[in-house]
Amino acid sequence: MEQKHFHHALKIDHDICIGCAHCMMKCPTEAIRIRGGKSILYPNRCVDCGECFKACPVSAIFIDQDDYNQIKNYTHRIALVPSVFFGQFPKEIPHEEIVNAIKANGFTDIYEVETSVELLSEKINAYVKKAEKKPVISSFCPAIVRLIQVKFPSLTENILLLKPPLDTTALYCRKKLVDNHINPAEIGVFYITPCAAKIAAVKSPVGEDFSVITGVINMDTLYNKVYGYIKNNKNQFAEVEWNDQLTEKAFRWMLTNGEAKHIQGRCLAIDEIHNVIRFLERVENDELKDVDYLELRACDQSCTGGVLLTNNRFLTTERMKTTKINTQPDTSAGNINEYRSYLEKRIVLQEVKPRSMLSLDENMEEAMRKLELSSQALSILPLVDCGICGSPSCQAFATDIAQGEAELQQCIFIQKDKEIKGQISPKKSVEIMKKIWGKEKFNPDIEKS
Amino acid sequence: MQFEYNIEAGNFTKAGDASSNFKKVLKQLNVDPQIIKRIVVSLYEGEVNIVAHSYGGKVICEVNPKKVWIRLIDTGPGIPDIEKAMQAGYSTASPKVREMGFGAGMGLPNMKNNADILNIKSEVGKGTEVEIIVNLN
Repeated sequence: MEQKHFHHALKIDHDICIGCAHCMMKCPTEAIRIRGGKSILYPNRCVDCGECFKACPVSAIFIDQDDYNQIKNYTHRIALVPSVFFGQFPKEIPHEEIVNAIKANGFTDIYEVETSVELLSEKINAYVKKAEKKPVISSFCPAIVRLIQVKFPSLTENILLLKPPLDTTALYCRKKLVDNHINPAEIGVFYITPCAAKIAAVKSPVGEDFSVITGVINMDTLYNKVYGYIKNNKNQFAEVEWNDQLTEKAFRWMLTNGEAKHIQGRCLAIDEIHNVIRFLERVENDELKDVDYLELRACDQSCTGGVLLTNNRFLTTERMKTTKINTQPDTSAGNINEYRSYLEKRIVLQEVKPRSMLSLDENMEEAMRKLELSSQALSILPLVDCGICGSPSCQAFATDIAQGEAELQQCIFIQKDKEIKGQISPKKSVEIMKKIWGKEKFNPDIEKS
Repeated sequence: MQFEYNIEAGNFTKAGDASSNFKKVLKQLNVDPQIIKRIVVSLYEGEVNIVAHSYGGKVICEVNPKKVWIRLIDTGPGIPDIEKAMQAGYSTASPKVREMGFGAGMGLPNMKNNADILNIKSEVGKGTEVEIIVNLN
């Protein structure tokens, strides 16, 4: 059974949206249309990559996060912080100071998301070695997992069925507290997310029944709080006890090639969602031979390019690559290795199911009828992909027509043609446009200007 | 429904276009993803064969709710010994083609593995016609 609905962290505020179509033209899965002067999201096509969020000129697209104050509902408030959070701060600010500022903002415990990387990379290597379906595709980036589900359904079998570092570390730190006799109801695990896709993955996990993460805080929210705190408390920096737990491998795991570099065999790392789409086309044709592992990330520069990061991705990447790390894998008591067997039993993901967005109809004969309709429509469309019809491309528009979601006369070229032939009146033509773009864009005072 | 694609000889940049296009059709028609994969893998191998070995040709794909029927028709040198060509690892590809990562001698065997029926008719000096049938149920 294919699951029909998914949680999306990306939301469009229709009070702010001006229906400018920037988001529609950028969406890599053609999940947005313009109707009534507003952007409309087709939830089953959206993979939460965040391209629309980056494109919106008026910030009408927002990323729905949990209320920061809800951390107070828990006595033990764990911040799960990805290494990229630290990478955003100037090098002069030591990690201790950042940790101190996170604690000053309400958290009691801080765990780096990549704490589980050393253990996981070992598991991934063992998995890839005996995998029948090659290349194994990393489960790290949730936007990519969703992209494969909707656009490359035959490749769902190639997805690595091991939880990403986030979920593994969340399991570990929760278990560690419970083992210290802390009431599970008093533990709140909050993930500081660099992107929308991770939120969506926490709220409706793929290949798991539930998520061990209590809530999600957007990284820019915490960054502002922490940086503000550091700026305003320059001289009263309280010494906190903090040792960097991460090895160099773990600290840089989320960078492009951070993962692929450490997997044995022939591995490739590809970032940016359009690059990934073009590449997966080829993987799907079985054009690649002898590739063992693919690290695919939706954002350019991987997580340093996350939409919720405050600083420039190239500078953050550079900082993360040049930060000196001397930490050796910690094998002492009390760390993650002690929980190895506990985690090993719990990090296996269930099969990831396809949920193709391309299918025109479940019934093949009906799908054929619709394909015929859309091909007919496409043959008379101008193929300029202007978006005036309210769909992102002529191809998408033709499909919308076949699905009964659009009418041929929404195409401006066809409209002009019909007007000249007297088949529709100029008034009707304006009405059609208003239905797509909203009344406000038709200014009656246009003669005066 | 029928779809036709022309294949240009020698242009490896475009090898795979017909497969990608037909793949999109099959996805729109709600064909099972794993069956799509088998169809596309065998079609892609056939497409590369036309690009690599022939003087040009075309692919005619027909789909109905029961099966997909593909004919790859080219003009070219033909295959002198089909039985030999079907052996895994046997290849007549030029060093130039091999340099590009093609010509490992797995084309026809891979097609046979993925198709339900594979028929090859070839006339030396004239051309080759490959027929692929994949059942959809």
